[in-house]
Amino acid sequence: MSKSLLLICQSSPWSGVTSRESLDIALAGGAFELPVSMLWLGDGVWQLKAGQQPELLEQKNLQAQLAALPLFGIEKLYVCASSLARRGLDSTQLALAVEPLNQEQIGALLRQQHQVLGF
Amino acid sequence: MQFVLLISCAPHSAAMRRALCFARELLAQEHSIGRLFFYQDAVHVASALQVCAQDEQHPGLQWQQLIQQHSLDAVVCVAAALRRGVVDQAEADRYRLPASNLLSGFTLSGLGQLHEAMQDGDRLLHFKGEA
Repeated sequence: MSKSLLLICQSSPWSGVTSRESLDIALAGGAFELPVSMLWLGDGVWQLKAGQQPELLEQKNLQAQLAALPLFGIEKLYVCASSLARRGLDSTQLALAVEPLNQEQIGALLRQQHQVLGF
Repeated sequence: MQFVLLISCAPHSAAMRRALCFARELLAQEHSIGRLFFYQDAVHVASALQVCAQDEQHPGLQWQQLIQQHSLDAVVCVAAALRRGVVDQAEADRYRLPASNLLSGFTLSGLGQLHEAMQDGDRLLHFKGEA
């Protein structure tokens, strides 16, 4: 059985290429049909916000990479509910279908994984 | 025990020092390193164009020495490296760049190599810069 990996995305979308490079790890794992889950946490939740205008920052939109996740078989997508709430966001404002988790559920998710990487 | 080290910190960061010390200590204690995987800003460590003052440590050459001494598998993510100007001769030819600069001992390859190593290794450690 393949080892599971949880990728935790904590970087704001436009603070550098970290958001893009962490998504690349997930997509590569998906291409090899590995069990990869993702959790957006802290300022990382801004990666999911719909209706961004990255062209104003001369940046490429993250949406295409995010939308590719389910196509690569990465369907276990989670977001920290309190990170959303603290930023005045709710799951209806997100560009991707992700499941909000409370602290207890996040703890359980972490315990299920063979490996965890944070970016 | 077989370790995989994912290194994504900048060459002169404290995390890079810790990664190097940790790798040396693993080998001293007769553990094995399945793969070193350099990602994000850590790819700069594999540039042959770094020049450090004589009385300062040169992280690229320190890694190279360890890699060559122990025949370690050291992969530099090709996408991250191209983005940051670290290229081998094949990539330099492909993109018609005026030069190549990958230190010998390092190999450019894709993220699949990270996943493969993670599947095969017993422990994964990530050296990433903050903290």
